[in-house]
Amino acid sequence: MTTVINVPPSLDEQTFEHVVEQLAPLAPDQKVLFDARHARWASPFGLTALLAAAQTRATRPDFTVPEHPDTASYWARTGFFRHAADLFDLHGHVPRQREGHDSDVLLEITSVSQSDDVHAVVGRIQQKAAEILHGQLHLETAATMGFGMTLSEACQNIVEHAGCGGWVAVQTYTFRRRLGRRVVVIAVCDAGVGFRKSLESSPGHRHDDRWGDGRALESAVVHAVSRFRHGDAGRGQGLAGIRRFIARWDGKLSVRSGTARIALVPTWDEDEPMREGLAAFPGAQVQIMIPERLPGDPGPAARARGTERR
Amino acid sequence: MTHHIDVSTVLRGAVCELYSNLVTRPTGAAVRGAIEALLAERNPPTITTIDFSRVNLLDFSCADEIVAKLLLRHVEAAHAADPAPADDHYVYFRGMRDDHLDAVEAVLERRALALVWDFDGVPSLLGSVDPDERRHWEFVRVGGPVWAPHVARALDSPVERSTHVLDRLWRRRLVMRSAEGFLVPRGISGVAA
Repeated sequence: MTTVINVPPSLDEQTFEHVVEQLAPLAPDQKVLFDARHARWASPFGLTALLAAAQTRATRPDFTVPEHPDTASYWARTGFFRHAADLFDLHGHVPRQREGHDSDVLLEITSVSQSDDVHAVVGRIQQKAAEILHGQLHLETAATMGFGMTLSEACQNIVEHAGCGGWVAVQTYTFRRRLGRRVVVIAVCDAGVGFRKSLESSPGHRHDDRWGDGRALESAVVHAVSRFRHGDAGRGQGLAGIRRFIARWDGKLSVRSGTARIALVPTWDEDEPMREGLAAFPGAQVQIMIPERLPGDPGPAARARGTERR
Repeated sequence: MTHHIDVSTVLRGAVCELYSNLVTRPTGAAVRGAIEALLAERNPPTITTIDFSRVNLLDFSCADEIVAKLLLRHVEAAHAADPAPADDHYVYFRGMRDDHLDAVEAVLERRALALVWDFDGVPSLLGSVDPDERRHWEFVRVGGPVWAPHVARALDSPVERSTHVLDRLWRRRLVMRSAEGFLVPRGISGVAA
């Protein structure tokens, strides 16, 4: 018997929880069909997380393509179907993907499993990132390099911790629900080991009875703890670097792993900083959102320099 | 003896001809390995200018692998009870832009390290340095080569204290000790070959 998983009409980080809630009770070998016929919009998080959802299934799932031609066409332009074809049995009309036709897609969905992939991702995005961040979002040119560093560190999280491949996508869109401004969004999703198990694998790991996915996320995201810290004090700086970047540009970082989700919430948003007891979903799902700057906005937050440079 | 290493050239030679970004730990480790191999060929004492001017992007992982771990190796060798002359190496960084500095400064802070770098042609300190170390270092930069009693007199500091601070700066590879006294390592400026 096939269980139908309804894909919400608007699929983003929040509504993906409905997908997880439907999947969580099912055995991994239970045949499922992801029904996206009525989907009209998906964020890069939604699309990469859908691929990660397929990764969790022991039996190859089915997938019905959005019926609305604009939606299907947009999903094609993001590269979604190219990856989905490897993971799902696709049903419905899949538009052909044309290259380089969508200025909102900074980086189409790209698989990441090794260091070379990170080089490719960072190399591919740089020129376009400069155009979008500076030209469209009015961020200072300095943001471009920080953006590349952030993207690199987010992708390395897959390479070093997931134990399997994942996907990254970068897009811009207008975030009407909270902000009414354009944003650039990095989504990096995998269905691998996840933060808790990764930290538990450290030789120096000790935990008390409050330990769980939430504490693991807090350790990694807020306190920069890494499973490699035991014997290498320099590890764990990637997420710390991401945190600095989003603080400087008034951005938002959220990370879901297992049954918890942590968010570093800027003043323009009302998200919950920590959610625990969510339906279980393996791996790590990361979203980084940087908003457009408008005339009159305060400048980038001053860098917290611990030392003078001269 | 002064030498110059262009990090971008090392990256292309040691890792991949097509890469222009210093990203990922394996890349950083490979670049550091190649730099260490070059340093090992040189007779100490050496000052090696590590030149980032043709590096596009430097992420935190690479900054830690290349800059922090390279410094750590030299600092640990100098902290031995009786440092071997073979370990008398100094590095001087140049060509680091603001975005490079963001990554480098973060990894230095994390490991309580500091380095000497070229800021508009002037040797400058970056990283974890306490105010007394900075005061002594600045005096040596301007007035070196100088010995501890001279520095102590100028800074109105007990000689024992200045001797201790200068020794610490030397072991941290932030000042050199020559026959004429302590001086700040100065690398090769204006080279981008």
